Amino acid sequence: MTFEYSSAPESKAIVKLDPVYKLYIGGKFVAPKSGKTFATINPATEEVLAKVGYAEKADVDKAVKAAQAGLKIWSKMAPSERGKYLYRIARIMQERAREFAVLETMDNGKPIRETRDVDIPLAAAHFFYHAGWADKLEHAGVGSNPKPYGVVGQIIPWNFPLLMLAWKIAPALATGNTVVLKPAETTPLTAMLFAQVCEQAELPAGVVNIVTGDGATGAAIVNHPDISKIAFTGSTDVGKLIARSVAGTNKGLTLELGGKGANIVFEDAPIDETVEGIVNGIFFNQGHVCCAGSRLLVQENIQEEVLEKLKHRMGQIRLGDPLDKNTDIGAINSREQLNKITELAKSGDEEGAMRFSPSCTIPGKGFWFPPTIFTGVTQAHRIATEEIFGPVLSVISFRTPQEAIEKANNTPYGLSAGIWTDKGSRILWTAKHLRAGVIWANTFNKFDPASPFGGYKESGWGREGGRHGLSAYLKGAK
Amino acid sequence: MALTDGSLISIKGFLRTLSPVDQVGADARAAMLATRSIKTDSKRWAIDMAISMIDLTTLEGADTEGKVKAICNKAIRPDPSDPTVPHVGAICVYNDMVSIARKHLDASGGHDIPVAAVSTAFPSGRASLEVKERDTKDAIANGATEIDMVIDRGAFLSGDLEKVYSEIVFIKSLCEGKAHLKVILETGELVTYDNVRKASFLAMAAGADFIKTSTGKVSPAATAPVVLVMLEAVRDFYQMTGQRIGVKPAGGIRTTKDAIKQLVLVKETAGEEWLNPELFRIGASALLNDLLMQRKKLTSGHYEGPNYVTLD
Repeated sequence: MTFEYSSAPESKAIVKLDPVYKLYIGGKFVAPKSGKTFATINPATEEVLAKVGYAEKADVDKAVKAAQAGLKIWSKMAPSERGKYLYRIARIMQERAREFAVLETMDNGKPIRETRDVDIPLAAAHFFYHAGWADKLEHAGVGSNPKPYGVVGQIIPWNFPLLMLAWKIAPALATGNTVVLKPAETTPLTAMLFAQVCEQAELPAGVVNIVTGDGATGAAIVNHPDISKIAFTGSTDVGKLIARSVAGTNKGLTLELGGKGANIVFEDAPIDETVEGIVNGIFFNQGHVCCAGSRLLVQENIQEEVLEKLKHRMGQIRLGDPLDKNTDIGAINSREQLNKITELAKSGDEEGAMRFSPSCTIPGKGFWFPPTIFTGVTQAHRIATEEIFGPVLSVISFRTPQEAIEKANNTPYGLSAGIWTDKGSRILWTAKHLRAGVIWANTFNKFDPASPFGGYKESGWGREGGRHGLSAYLKGAK
Repeated sequence: MALTDGSLISIKGFLRTLSPVDQVGADARAAMLATRSIKTDSKRWAIDMAISMIDLTTLEGADTEGKVKAICNKAIRPDPSDPTVPHVGAICVYNDMVSIARKHLDASGGHDIPVAAVSTAFPSGRASLEVKERDTKDAIANGATEIDMVIDRGAFLSGDLEKVYSEIVFIKSLCEGKAHLKVILETGELVTYDNVRKASFLAMAAGADFIKTSTGKVSPAATAPVVLVMLEAVRDFYQMTGQRIGVKPAGGIRTTKDAIKQLVLVKETAGEEWLNPELFRIGASALLNDLLMQRKKLTSGHYEGPNYVTLD
């Protein structure tokens, strides 16, 4: 017998699902005016988890009015009092962390190990961090009398549902804005649980309003005349649409869009840790990460060794039930996303790249894609340039540091990059020449609320997190 | 073909071909593997495997003949009430206790349990080569079939790699055909993971059958990242030479949880081939009783507590 891990599922008992989730407007849970709902499913089993209210223009109007009313209280409140509410929210999120983690895993498909160890603790950390800023904004480097925008419209993606909510709501609230937030269509449930946390924290009515829906709901937010600022995280295509809609209005805009991050491995890299970093860079969260290290740029003279170790390491990756505590790769979030990944991977085959996946059992139900690497990829391949947003890595070789920089920067995106070398001077030289907003050295996919995050070029406008992220929610700030 | 001819320049050249270790990354990997949740059947399997991998150890100045005999009995029948419990991997004692242990094991049905002797002026290694030679020969003559030698950490840290290498080669020549050689790196004194990786390769190139973390007399001992780095070293050495070298963490592994974490490290780093007592041992004394208590709990459904395991 060999050492096979028995199943070790996290219990679902802690989560109490409502059959129908209403909208959260003005501190109350209200049904959408039309009475319409849509279903959200567990992508690992395809079972319907709950029905969720479908917000249309009338509901967005109502939410914006509620946020305007909330603004009167919130923007006049002593900043230290605002900070107390944020601390309270952060503590409640920590207290209910397991509930959030299990629900996030069920609604999103990502493994419980990640929701438990990354998503939820980081989301709480964002509230703690910004709570501290609430009464210190004059020291944020944006002038002596910073002012909030007012009502902020926020649209977030499905890859880190609660974490992206925290990235949006925490700084907006700390700076005195009120928000109308739309979670992604496929992952609304932790946002609705967050609404319950707002209630539990006795947050004044209208400060946080959550409307669930699809692209049309998002458009109603973007085009609403009484919203002063839009913050969006999602695809570059939708980001461009939003930029067009907002152009010529007085609205502020921050965008956090796609990426095609280069993970650059030099010959003197610590190989075993580099392999871990490559795995973490592309297979973390099923590769549904805008800053994923989806292009591996490896120096040609160590390519063979790195690939051999990478393939061996991929054989250890455990794909399956996201609620199992030993699962490394969970389910793809939706059939639509699975189709997109499948199509792009197919183009890799057709364009002559070599595909490798370790043997792994794919569950019968749900949406799954095995960890995959393509070797023999050149800049002319679609999989070298287009964002796949799945567990698919394109391996490209280089010969000199200059060539690595050229290839890394040869993309319309510029969100993230990784540098792997034992030489400190080479880290600094490479980082200086890379056109990417976030650069990791000898690590990858590490996040902290104090560290600004955002992209160059088509990866976005503005920064989130840190002092830089605060200035995106303050009017008149330089 | 030898990986080095033993000259300083050749050893240095060989060690320079090794990839460096990033401490933050190694720590993170070990911490991630520590989150593996091992339940039910896999836990049952792991507990029995861990028992069969234990080098049941007593290395005290206060050791007596009676104490050594007692742990020999325990090694043969860890749980007298349950014959399905496997025997441990070996007994590990000081030089002068080797013949006592060997004779007692043979007389009590423990023929197949080897006796390991700590050797070469354990734990410090601070003695002349003549003393180390005599120490080792003595142990083998008294029936030790496993020799746990220490490297000269002072020589390693001062850069006298030739001395470290030649001592291992020499002790290996004394063991050839008679005993397995485990080389103790004393990683708590080498401190950096780069040093651990280099010392691992140095020992393997010099002929070690096993590389062992620690004497148990220095803290920290067998930390998870150190064991991870050593498992990566044996895996890479196998790629280079086709030869599988064993790993023995020793010191600080006291609970079933600790032991299972070690087995997870083995499985996900070196691979399943290393999951047997021929290639992985755990140097421990208190660990065995915790494994027995957990084993009983899995079998009976309740925890009997420390009064129901034998204290030796």
